[in-house]
Amino acid sequence: MSVLVFADSSEGKFKKTAFEVVSYGKKVAEQLETTIVVLTINASDSSELYNYGAEKVISVSNDSLKTFNAKQYAAVVNEVAKSENATVVVIDSSIDGLYLSPIVAVNLDAGYASNVVDLPTSVSPFTVKRKAFSNKAFSNTVISTSVKVIGLAKNSYGVHENMVSGTTESFEATVIDAGVTSEKLDKVTGTVTIADAEIVVSAGRGLKGPENWGMIEELADVLGAATACSKPVSDLGWRPHAEHVGQTGKPVASNLYIAIGISGAIQHLAGINASKVKVVINTDPEAPFFKAADYGIVGDAFEVVPKLIEKLKAFKAA
Amino acid sequence: MKILVCISHVPDTTSKINFTENDTKFDANGVQFVINPYDEFCLTRAMWFKEKQGASVTVVNVGGAETEPTLRKALAIGADDAIRVNSVPTDGMQVAKELAAVVKNGDYDLVLAGKESADYNGQMVPGMLATLTDFNFVNGCVGLEIDGTNVTAEREIDGGNETVSSSLPVVIGGQKGIVEEKDLRIPNMRGIMMARKKPLNVIEAIGGEVATTIQSFEKPAPKGTVKLVDADNVDELINLLHNEAKVI
Ligand SMILES: Cc1cc2nc3c(=O)[nH]c(=O)nc-3n(C[C@H](O)[C@H](O)[C@H](O)COP(=O)(O)OP(=O)(O)OC[C@H]3O[C@@H](n4cnc5c(N)ncnc54)[C@H](O)[C@@H]3O)c2cc1C
Ligand SMILES: Nc1ncnc2c1ncn2[C@@H]1O[C@H](COP(=O)(O)O)[C@@H](O)[C@H]1O
Repeated sequence: MSVLVFADSSEGKFKKTAFEVVSYGKKVAEQLETTIVVLTINASDSSELYNYGAEKVISVSNDSLKTFNAKQYAAVVNEVAKSENATVVVIDSSIDGLYLSPIVAVNLDAGYASNVVDLPTSVSPFTVKRKAFSNKAFSNTVISTSVKVIGLAKNSYGVHENMVSGTTESFEATVIDAGVTSEKLDKVTGTVTIADAEIVVSAGRGLKGPENWGMIEELADVLGAATACSKPVSDLGWRPHAEHVGQTGKPVASNLYIAIGISGAIQHLAGINASKVKVVINTDPEAPFFKAADYGIVGDAFEVVPKLIEKLKAFKAA
Repeated sequence: MKILVCISHVPDTTSKINFTENDTKFDANGVQFVINPYDEFCLTRAMWFKEKQGASVTVVNVGGAETEPTLRKALAIGADDAIRVNSVPTDGMQVAKELAAVVKNGDYDLVLAGKESADYNGQMVPGMLATLTDFNFVNGCVGLEIDGTNVTAEREIDGGNETVSSSLPVVIGGQKGIVEEKDLRIPNMRGIMMARKKPLNVIEAIGGEVATTIQSFEKPAPKGTVKLVDADNVDELINLLHNEAKVI
């Protein structure tokens, strides 16, 4: 018996969610009184995972697995899960993780719970708490199959240091037929993506026009944050579609979400509610966002944001 | 080309979410149901293949009789026929198994599903369905072209897009981008009239064991009220974010 964690990496480097799933898997292994095994594919330094409790790492290096392919990666997870006799498999909720998990679940004939936000509340029956109804509720779900797949929601459990002396074994995985071939990758480099960002600075129609985004970008820059926007802003073409967040756009689960000139419509909130701390800056004290936020300033973005930038620069310099 | 579009019947995005029977059942009282927004994007793309490439379009739902108005709406938008698998599903795997049986019986080339349903947000049915049927699978699809049996798709990745190629048969987990919002269609009177005459076949479920069961629901703890900071005192906001919230 074991708990298998898939620690995803990109260009050899672990994603932050990899450390989160390892932290989580270690605790689940403790609850089940068993051991944790972490699988990595083409990661350059697996010893980083020891800091989060990875006692045993299985490292697959294979040039044919250079770009992520869900079917091929799932076959590797499957193979290792079988050889390690895993009863629980933990996968993150990155775009790749969400692609992978359902395939793994079918391969292993396992029950799959996605969007899990916390440790199992009971291991027998195996019960987990999951987000549902676009963050408006949670469900307590029992997984009754002998093998279980858990999709851990991003930034829900957190990264917990837990230094262990681990070992890494290399593993020759079987590479199956891909079915889908990667032809081209278009990736913005050098900027923080909404998915990875600890802080997201987001602005809405209150900014009046695309020419006013300079201060939003500057604020994001000072904070090392990603920029985002409300749906009408991307529909109007003021900002790229990739920045649209909310129920029909990208989900945000950052530590801090700053909403500037965004009213806080239910569809917007549905996509950003998973963020830990929310700040709103809006001229209208009746804007619904004030009901969802932790901190708020009633004020004009064109006055508040430049002041905030100036003060934050001083704060960072201090 | 035979296309199957999987339609989930979900509460409208503005619905208040409540539960009954000791928080074990979703309270559908007063809730308006719609075609899952992601599925609507997929259906619209399917209509394009119908009109430009002569494809036939079937829509399917696994659900009770209450989902039929949603299927009728899909017919009014232009699907040729509809299938309802008569079963009230309790988990994604169960839905995927029922859909896999429909796919195998119907000889479909292209299966379009949403990347996520707005109710249980499982994000699992398309991948499970593809694996059960051994179809190729592209998830998070924001662009799709089909030429003969060649499939070219774009999918969203962290920080960008990936162009992939594959071949039919394929399952697509689609989202906004596969068509744009402005391309979505509102059923017109003629469509609604025609939809009444189109076949909506109800088939029995294959059933089987269920892998996961929802025991209860809960709502998030009520949030404390917002702490307001004066617009002239942004230092205080920085102080709170640093010392109290510890996020900067
Ligand atoms: C099916 C469906 C799905 C949707 N999905 C999404 C989604 O995913 N994401 C999303 O964002 N929306 C979504 N929407 C749209 C949503 O309902 C709202 O229309 C949208 O979020 C409003 O955007 P906004 O807050 O930028 O604009 P507005 O509602 O116009 O709000 C602008 C705000 O700016 C404030 N303001 C004005 N001037 C200033 C100033 N100088 N300084 C500070 N504040 C100022 C105003 O008080 C106001 O509160 C969806 C809608 C539907 C029907
Ligand atoms: N009961 C259902 N009947 C038909 N299709 C469904 C059903 N549930 C989910 N789907 C399809 O699967 C997609 C993803 O759903 P989910 O995995 O539940 O998030 C949806 O967008 C639909 O296309």
